[in-house]
Amino acid sequence: MKALHDSASAEAAPAVAPKRPRRHSTMAWIGLVIVGFWLLMAIIGPTISPYDATSIVDTDVFSGVSSKFLLGSDYLGRDMLSRILFGTRATIGLALAATLLASISGTAIALFAALSGGWRDAVISRVLDALISIPSKMFALVMVATFGSSMLLLMVTAAITYMPGAYRIARSLAINVQAMEYVQAARVRGEGVWYIMTMEMLPNMIRPVLADFGLRFVYVVLLLSGLSFLSLGVQPPDADWGALVRENISGLGEGALAVIMPALAIASLTIGVNLLIDNLRGKRAAKE
Amino acid sequence: MNGMVPRLILRRLAVAALTLLLVSACVFFITNLLPGDAAQTALGQAATPETVAALRLQYGLDVPAPLRYAQWLGNLLTGNPGMSLVNNAPVAQMIAGRLPASLMLAAVTAAVSVPLALFLGIVSAMYRGSVFDRTVNVSAVSLVSVPEFLVATVAVMIFAVKLRWLSALSHTNDATTVAAFIKAYAMPVMTLCCVIVAQMTRMTRAAVIDQLRSSYAEMALLKGVKRTRIVLRHALPNAIGPIANAVALSLSYLLGGVIIVESIFNYPGIATLMIDAVTTRDMPLVQACSMIFCAGYLLLVLTADVLAIVSNPRLKTR
Repeated sequence: MKALHDSASAEAAPAVAPKRPRRHSTMAWIGLVIVGFWLLMAIIGPTISPYDATSIVDTDVFSGVSSKFLLGSDYLGRDMLSRILFGTRATIGLALAATLLASISGTAIALFAALSGGWRDAVISRVLDALISIPSKMFALVMVATFGSSMLLLMVTAAITYMPGAYRIARSLAINVQAMEYVQAARVRGEGVWYIMTMEMLPNMIRPVLADFGLRFVYVVLLLSGLSFLSLGVQPPDADWGALVRENISGLGEGALAVIMPALAIASLTIGVNLLIDNLRGKRAAKE
Repeated sequence: MNGMVPRLILRRLAVAALTLLLVSACVFFITNLLPGDAAQTALGQAATPETVAALRLQYGLDVPAPLRYAQWLGNLLTGNPGMSLVNNAPVAQMIAGRLPASLMLAAVTAAVSVPLALFLGIVSAMYRGSVFDRTVNVSAVSLVSVPEFLVATVAVMIFAVKLRWLSALSHTNDATTVAAFIKAYAMPVMTLCCVIVAQMTRMTRAAVIDQLRSSYAEMALLKGVKRTRIVLRHALPNAIGPIANAVALSLSYLLGGVIIVESIFNYPGIATLMIDAVTTRDMPLVQACSMIFCAGYLLLVLTADVLAIVSNPRLKTR
């Protein structure tokens, strides 16, 4: 699943990037603003929200936009804007932690595999390839069925799901980098493995690894919010944006804002990250 | 053609079979990882050690795990995935009741999305850089990076709430006339299509453009051949392989999308069965459903690989 995404966008990027460099940087700025906004909200959101996330403000359920409810009210008459602001932390924090775990462990294993080579590299690569061929949602459902849903389990599950993809990208980069003269020079100098990994190889592959980090973050957000939407993710009283869509789904028939707003919040975040990293890739493609 | 193609295909088959085996081991051992076991969970904390031991014996939990895995795998392969812990019905029977509905949904979605995606992909490759191409590209990128339930909820808002053309819930039992059939399937199929078409269009476009960059296409252009003719007569036949590959890979996205779509529209398919099984922790049912999904996914990826091998003319002449 992940490989498909990667190859599709990798093929599309060079075809588009060199032609319209200016448009891309505008888009990247838009992406940066959106991502920056949500990151800020994750930090200060709860302090600036008009109401507490759990307080029932009015008996008027599923109301539209008003001066009292800037984004409408939910199925219990709670303020949607406050619910979303409080949910930012659960959504972004959890996804960020899982992605960091996936990318860092994937990259570290990749560096180790590329440097040691031989049977170690082969075994690690085969096993992780097998992990990739389990559809992400299936793996998550099996994990939730076994262990029950908790923040820790969700984070670990998402990290395991997307680690092999991060490994694959980082390994192919590391294989190229470790053939460079400066790595060989470091080896001849007698530097330790740790030094070569962190000081020589990592700085030379950080850009594509960062672009991949952004892409992986999007997948994790989609996976976790999908799980929450199935009521199998973040459990009440905590609520991420996917859970907010689920708890208000009964308002769908009357076209309630409460259903659409959290879903739009997810969309804005994932599209924002995509815009931002498309530019990272575009620049790289233009340089090559 | 000296056996290169069959050899490569056999290799793919072997790799797929091995992967499926590894996946089954993963599923089995994860679902058996929980501290404490099924017998303890079923009886609760108040159970006496004797009753737990008796139930353990009945479940066959006294057998070592690798042996249980072999038994489980054997039963699965012979079509006997065991009894549901919650409904006290055979898992095979429960799945048989739901699988046709899911396959129907997938088939209708494929029938709608493949022609649409091919059309969009080829046309946007032909008029690369045009307004049409850019519109298609931007919508495809946005659709790919948006959760399925957003597409579904927006579709319900527009077509069921605002326009009142369709009902928000899908009822497949009374779909006897064509109109009723369309009404029942329109919403879930439309939602699934959005996700699949976006993927497929991008990959089709990339495959055709890849061919258009080759030297024979440039040659034809320099000869003064019309653009439509270059695409349809020269590029397209050569892009069939990559496109078929893209179609099979994109269809594997159905598996992820179908889980959300069946849930939101209350569609009585195998995905809703699995979600219920996860909620009630009905492990035999979870195992069987997840193996069906993984097998379906691997089958589509395998098909994509085989199509890529078969359609590569270089492998035939060597």
